[in-house]
Amino acid sequence: MSLFDGKKVIIIGDRDGIPGPAIEECLKTTGAEVVFSATECFV
Amino acid sequence: MSYAVVKGAGYVLVHTPDMIFHNGTTQTTERYSNPESEYLKKLPEHFRSYEEVVSYPPNQTYIGTIKPEDLRKYDMPWYDKKVEGADRYGKLGEIMPQEEFLGLMKIVDVFDLVKLEKDFTKEVKTKLGNHPLMTEELVAKLKEGDEIAAIEKAIKEQHAEALYHHNKLVGCVKRAHEIDPNLNAHIIHENLIAKASGVLSFLHLIDKNKLDVKDVDYVIECSEEACGDMNQRGGGNFAKAIAEMVGAVNATGSDTRGFCAAPVHALIQASALVQSGTFENVVVVAGGAVAKLGMNGKDHVKKDMPVLEDVLGGFAVLISKNDGVSPVLRTDLVGRHKVGTGSSPQAVITALITEPLDKGGLKITDINKYSVEMQNPDVTKPAGAGDVPEANYKMIAALGVKRNELERTEVAAFAEKHGMPGWAPTQGHIPSGVPYLGHALEAFKTGEIQRAMIVGKGSLFLARMTNQFDGISIVLENNSGQGAKEASVSEEEVRTMIAEAMRNFASHLSK
Repeated sequence: MSLFDGKKVIIIGDRDGIPGPAIEECLKTTGAEVVFSATECFV
Repeated sequence: MSYAVVKGAGYVLVHTPDMIFHNGTTQTTERYSNPESEYLKKLPEHFRSYEEVVSYPPNQTYIGTIKPEDLRKYDMPWYDKKVEGADRYGKLGEIMPQEEFLGLMKIVDVFDLVKLEKDFTKEVKTKLGNHPLMTEELVAKLKEGDEIAAIEKAIKEQHAEALYHHNKLVGCVKRAHEIDPNLNAHIIHENLIAKASGVLSFLHLIDKNKLDVKDVDYVIECSEEACGDMNQRGGGNFAKAIAEMVGAVNATGSDTRGFCAAPVHALIQASALVQSGTFENVVVVAGGAVAKLGMNGKDHVKKDMPVLEDVLGGFAVLISKNDGVSPVLRTDLVGRHKVGTGSSPQAVITALITEPLDKGGLKITDINKYSVEMQNPDVTKPAGAGDVPEANYKMIAALGVKRNELERTEVAAFAEKHGMPGWAPTQGHIPSGVPYLGHALEAFKTGEIQRAMIVGKGSLFLARMTNQFDGISIVLENNSGQGAKEASVSEEEVRTMIAEAMRNFASHLSK
């Protein structure tokens, strides 16, 4: 059982850090359900 | 064909404290959602004076007085440091005060939409009359001004956008259409600001580089605003509007958009237009974004520091036919974030940095200076957005280690050696790679650098048309006559070609 199993995840990525789709990709192998994923620009 | 060169640059900042409060979207959104907010009440106490803005070390770097590397001599935070004897004019441009800029907005307005109060007009006319780049013809466009009652009426009854100076109403921008939201006072105000700051940047480019403006063939404008009407929201064209204002009578132009990445896209387009021989002199220009003023103001006020996003930015760069001296734009060493690149930091840095280097057989360390997103960390760190250039340098260095071009122990020093501290205001497209071009010209001249890479990134996802973001880069190199050889065919080569053709012909005859 992983930390993310059965969890609903909201992703706010950073364009100049780790963007949303990259975090989403990492969560694919876990049991997490991505309910929202976006990338934001903080500059 | 010979590579195009970067021949000159001009940079401007405009101190606009009243616009932070009235036009910055962080503030307008707060006023809409929470009009009695403590933030809005405290905000004016955190505005800097014009003198403070002029002596602020990153601003002096932007206009060319301080070298980017020398900013490190000032301990952070920078907002409580001063450049002694700082002047509004620098080697590359100037820092204009608000009242003069409001006058400039009136000067560049060809539809009589900007109204300035009579006494204020008189005051501004004297000040702009003393400005070294404002001709009599330009100053005359200020006319005599309007009665304050007429300005108040336009604001109250016709949805005009108010113009303030030192918290006093001094004018307004009228709407250009009664129904069309694309021509409302808010949009016209935003667009005239982009136009005016673009014009000022262009005037400095002309002045600082002794450019005959009649020699300019084409202008590419690359800000983040859109001008058009209800039938063509972003129809354009800022480029020609700016060219007209500065007297570039032999030029036409067009607008290039790509969020913050647009200036580097424009730079590459300009290089290609010149290298192909289509045009000899292309100017890439952009004015500032009023909406971004005070963008991180809430965090600055919370941390009891001045609101540092109090300036509009602008720049203009001249790309010309190879003069054998100025640094060349290596259009064969271009990196781009493609649709299929992916979004992991490694994929992004590979696409933007190492792919173009590999094309030229270069190592990461062969680039003396990387100009990435040069946002001023004094602004971004207190807001929790970190040090953007520093983060970029770390990622480039990490990839260098992975490629065995750099030792792990050299990662920490990479930013110092191949990077620079950020100095540009968070005006979106303004910090994106291009702030270094002016400084780079000097560094190439003194032999301090042999190569630089200019990198731009853009947040396309903000327009809700795609989830993609974007990035593009180009290598700038010392002019050593490279590329010229491929442009011509030697007599020897012609002889070989003819001999080969004759041999082929003879072989057909003998069959």
